[in-house]
Amino acid sequence: MTAGPSNATVDEGYNFAFLDEQTKRMLRRAILKAVAIPGHQIPFGSREMPLSYGWGTGGIQITAAVIGPADTLKVIDQGADDTTNAVSIRSFFRRMTGVATTERTPDATIVQTRHRIPETKLVEGQILVYQVPIPEPLRWLEPRESETRKMHALAEYGAMHVKLFEDIVRFGRIETAYDYPVMVNGRYLMRPSPIPKFDNPKMDQMPALQLFGAGREKRIYAVPPYTAVKSLDFEDYPFQIEKWDQPCALCGADDTFLDEIITDDKGGRMFVCSDTDHCEQRRAAGHRGTGAPQSYVAAVEGGE
Amino acid sequence: MSGIVTPTQAALSPGFVEPVLDAQAAFRATLAALSHPGRIEELTLRLNPPAGVDAATAAACLTLLDGDTPVWLAPHAAADGAAAWIAFHTGAPVVSVAGKAAFAVMLDAASLPALEDFDWGSDEEPQRGATLIVQVPDLNAQGGWSLRGPGIATRAVLRIDGLPDSFLAARRAMSGAFPRGLDILFASGARLAALPRTTILEA
Repeated sequence: MTAGPSNATVDEGYNFAFLDEQTKRMLRRAILKAVAIPGHQIPFGSREMPLSYGWGTGGIQITAAVIGPADTLKVIDQGADDTTNAVSIRSFFRRMTGVATTERTPDATIVQTRHRIPETKLVEGQILVYQVPIPEPLRWLEPRESETRKMHALAEYGAMHVKLFEDIVRFGRIETAYDYPVMVNGRYLMRPSPIPKFDNPKMDQMPALQLFGAGREKRIYAVPPYTAVKSLDFEDYPFQIEKWDQPCALCGADDTFLDEIITDDKGGRMFVCSDTDHCEQRRAAGHRGTGAPQSYVAAVEGGE
Repeated sequence: MSGIVTPTQAALSPGFVEPVLDAQAAFRATLAALSHPGRIEELTLRLNPPAGVDAATAAACLTLLDGDTPVWLAPHAAADGAAAWIAFHTGAPVVSVAGKAAFAVMLDAASLPALEDFDWGSDEEPQRGATLIVQVPDLNAQGGWSLRGPGIATRAVLRIDGLPDSFLAARRAMSGAFPRGLDILFASGARLAALPRTTILEA
């Protein structure tokens, strides 16, 4: 009996989506409990995957547990669809499920991400799967799992506020720029995975379901749609996101997260959207930036 | 090959037609129902469960139960063919004490036991709180309780027929124990709705 859809590129000899059914049920039960207790980390029996821990095995296991033949999968790594990790994971699921893949955020039903939330607003029905290296927000403050578990049970999160306060004392501002801690539904302190804090406001009341998987640390957690996600801050030091003093050099966007790109060995640089799909959509719609060196523009346009 | 013959084999109806893909589809419907409390999801599966078991109830059991999940069956379910069907197709160990079960299956909503009879989990491990699969006569998106909480943009409305009158007060009292609590899947025919422990009910 064949389980997968008829598709010539699907590898034979594997169950649909690689994992066996017993493992999927275990993952699915953990995912349902994660949705029912927003922000709480659920331990699960993380499996060996055909790539090493630290390369997105938690996200891959979640995607494998939820994905079906009707899905369209998008995978990004730091906002880009075309980096090694993203390309490999996309190809893995094409071979193991035969599902359609896309680089366009609006076309995807499942978006697996490493360290970014797409700039295009996600909508109801979409699922955002985060790859998480360290799920425990209190880990660097309290190394003992037995203690952090108690701290979550008692909602005892003073230590994190002290850490942020010490930042202000030493640097005059909160120094945490990525993996910025959030409170979910007013109850659980959660690590949003190493997304830039620029992306934190997108998590609040997001219409899409957000699932987090940490393969090496064996934890799954979730934020259901339309759920309050607040970045920690102080009344006199409110949470702020990064700002750039110039727009994207390629598409001219002034409201996106920008990466710095070195363009030559004479100190030349430009800032471009980290979300490659969003940037391409804008350029296709006629938006142009002015900051890219002529040599770079010629190379890109020549290549297209 | 002789195979293993169980006494009830002749009477058992089959499980999922496509075990892998049907379980995936049923899981996604369950996930959508739990992500949007009060929303009624319709399953489009071919499933022929034993008499008295609705398709959505059967699909939830086949999707979520296995040898790792102690299940408690309400006396009504345990008595007839449902128990043998669930045991055969899922392999879940049946427990006689409700408080020791990870899942509980009830085919008669009116005889739903007190919520305190089930395991609500602990403050450190609230995920150990049980999941109830409750079969009800009807689910309706109008004229019922007003729901708010995670997964609900503003308000949702859900009417669940057949529950004991005491349910609303008991379920509202449970909210005070969060993060401990129970997550409930309501099944009716091929339709499914969910009340995770975070949902706040207003009459």
